[in-house]
Amino acid sequence: MTAALRFDPIRLPPECEKLRKEVRAFLADEIAAGTFDPHKPNREDTDAPEFSRRVGERGWLGMTWPKKYGGHERSFLERYVVTEEMRVANAPTRRFFVADRQSGPVLLKYAPEHIKMDILPRICRGEVCFAIGMSEPNSGSDLFAAKTKATRTDGGYLINGTKIWTSSAHIADYMIAIFRTSPPTKENRRHGLTQFLVKMKQPGIQVNPIGQITGQYEFNEVVFTDYFVPDDHVLGEIDGAWKQATSELAYERSGPERFLETYYVLTELVRAVGKNPDTRSAEGIGRLVAQLHTMRRMSVSVAGMLQAGKEPVVEASIVKDIGTVWEQQLPHRVRDLAAFVEENATNRETLENQLSFAIKTAPKLTIQGGTTEVLRGIIARGLGLR
Amino acid sequence: MAESENIVAETAEKIFADLADAQTINSDKKGSWKAPLWQALSDAGLPLAWVPEDCNGSGASLAEGFSVLSAAGRFAVAVPLAETMLAGWLLAQARIASPDGEMTVAPASPKDRITLNANGTLSGRARGVPFAKAAKHIAVLAGGSNGFSIALVEAGACRIEAGLGLGGDNSDTVTLANVRPVAIKPAPKGFDQTSLMLMGGVARSLQIAGALESMLEISVRYSNERVAFEKKISKFQAVQHNLAKLAGESAAALAAATSAADAVANSIAFDDAFFLEAAAAKIRCSEAAEKGGAIAHQVHGAIGFTIEHILHRYSLRALAWRDDFGSESYWAVELGKLVADRGADELWPLVASR
Repeated sequence: MTAALRFDPIRLPPECEKLRKEVRAFLADEIAAGTFDPHKPNREDTDAPEFSRRVGERGWLGMTWPKKYGGHERSFLERYVVTEEMRVANAPTRRFFVADRQSGPVLLKYAPEHIKMDILPRICRGEVCFAIGMSEPNSGSDLFAAKTKATRTDGGYLINGTKIWTSSAHIADYMIAIFRTSPPTKENRRHGLTQFLVKMKQPGIQVNPIGQITGQYEFNEVVFTDYFVPDDHVLGEIDGAWKQATSELAYERSGPERFLETYYVLTELVRAVGKNPDTRSAEGIGRLVAQLHTMRRMSVSVAGMLQAGKEPVVEASIVKDIGTVWEQQLPHRVRDLAAFVEENATNRETLENQLSFAIKTAPKLTIQGGTTEVLRGIIARGLGLR
Repeated sequence: MAESENIVAETAEKIFADLADAQTINSDKKGSWKAPLWQALSDAGLPLAWVPEDCNGSGASLAEGFSVLSAAGRFAVAVPLAETMLAGWLLAQARIASPDGEMTVAPASPKDRITLNANGTLSGRARGVPFAKAAKHIAVLAGGSNGFSIALVEAGACRIEAGLGLGGDNSDTVTLANVRPVAIKPAPKGFDQTSLMLMGGVARSLQIAGALESMLEISVRYSNERVAFEKKISKFQAVQHNLAKLAGESAAALAAATSAADAVANSIAFDDAFFLEAAAAKIRCSEAAEKGGAIAHQVHGAIGFTIEHILHRYSLRALAWRDDFGSESYWAVELGKLVADRGADELWPLVASR
């Protein structure tokens, strides 16, 4: 076979089911205590620092990391379960999610020991928030077009330039960012980028808010003016960040957060149609559930590959492509079906509010974490076409 | 289902590679490829793979049989292998021994009914029964006043009107008018027409997923050979993106079908989670057949639309298999009703149940 794609039917082991029950009970308590309302994904309280600490106390941050850094040495499949339960409940995960999924693993791999000992345990306690500095004005998905410069100086680097579309930069304590340390070479346009750990609340950084079409505020422009980064904050190889960035992407691209972002409208539709749906609604719901189930099976399968130490780059890209296209279409399909919902459905107002928000959210889903076009390029390379 | 450790699947793969090459079959207008292929499959005990040894079968596991069906899909095999396997499996549910030779199952549609009469004969009509014209025997699921029975019927005792499915294989109408079965026994407790349709649907899902794997493979190969506008068409970004989408559909079908097969092979009960797996596989694989097949044809251009080219062997069969044992829209309605009946708050627990 050219492609040799495999998605083995991985089943979650019993410890995952036990964990799932614990997470559900925890979230039910949080909802009862008023921490967040699962039916209001459009709320503004999404950085909930106390919630973040309580998640850390339960041992659900840094789950797969070594114990000496505050981690819990649990499996990717267990982490998977926590992520999907948080996502489905619309829990306020913004403050810790990036650190847990991406920044922590980067530090584990590339940071000097004293930095790991300092920061990783705090991530595990839910105390620190990370942002990711990749995109720049006029670069976006084209990472290798990044221009923000890191210039050598005594004991470190001076940073000048601008990052943009940086989620959570306004609440973040740190950012892992990619800066240009050398120009690209003729042979390799990916050369010359280096990954740095940046402390956010320091002079030389200005964070400017950018509003989103959902009415929420998550994006920022981050301007660096002679911002100093010490040598021990360089992560990994000088000029070789592109290798590091691409190898991390399987984690970012295949998880349950890549098909569950608008899931809430499906639950609400099921609530609205009641016990005896008309044939059209039943068929629509059945198809959506079949598609959801299939993506979840694919995503669990990739989690199993990660657990087995593989780097399923193509498989992860496929899951993200199909998953994000699906979660983008979902609110529109639910809207189609909601036209047949009885006027007096008790949750009609909630459904309409959720739909309105989800439809506004939808355009970003196939952009964040690598656009559909970039992913299809990666898949095409995996098929031997480029 | 680690296929490298699965000797049954390896045997099937080898027979298909030797005797079911798509190009050879496509060029053979007389159909003389069929007899040696069927003979080799029979000699290897594959048609009765799912039948226990004391019922005249080879006693392979469900998982082993499923991987034979995946391989059959990859070769778009057009002999009644899946049908005979299903028939043997159905008969074995009631401990009825399987005869030798080609078999099929009836009904093959969730809406058709076959009834057991008070005098012990069977009546009813089943449409779209695959390979009924080629079968010597038919395994029948019949409803009666005391629940479901499983029966072995001689094909010659039924009226069979030949029909052709989309893929060019027989899809026939079988009418039973007071037919006396060769053997009949009660179905096990809880076994009903839905059970048969789900099992048939999982078989078809694996076949569709296999056909999509082959469509992806031949489409990628063709795109690397065909030159247009002075370059290989695989170098055009639009073509690359189409093939990436085809890979996605193929992967989705594979994941859904193998997950459902795994659920069947390891399931103790026909519960809601099992229903979700089997129904979702048929729905998603059928959708993938439509979307993926269209891309495979688009990549191949006019040549793929010709009878000389092998693409249609995969694309049309994948489309045809959507209709057997309940179409995607049928199962979507059933799954939607189940989800609605369980209620909104039970949807996620159902999806995340394993």
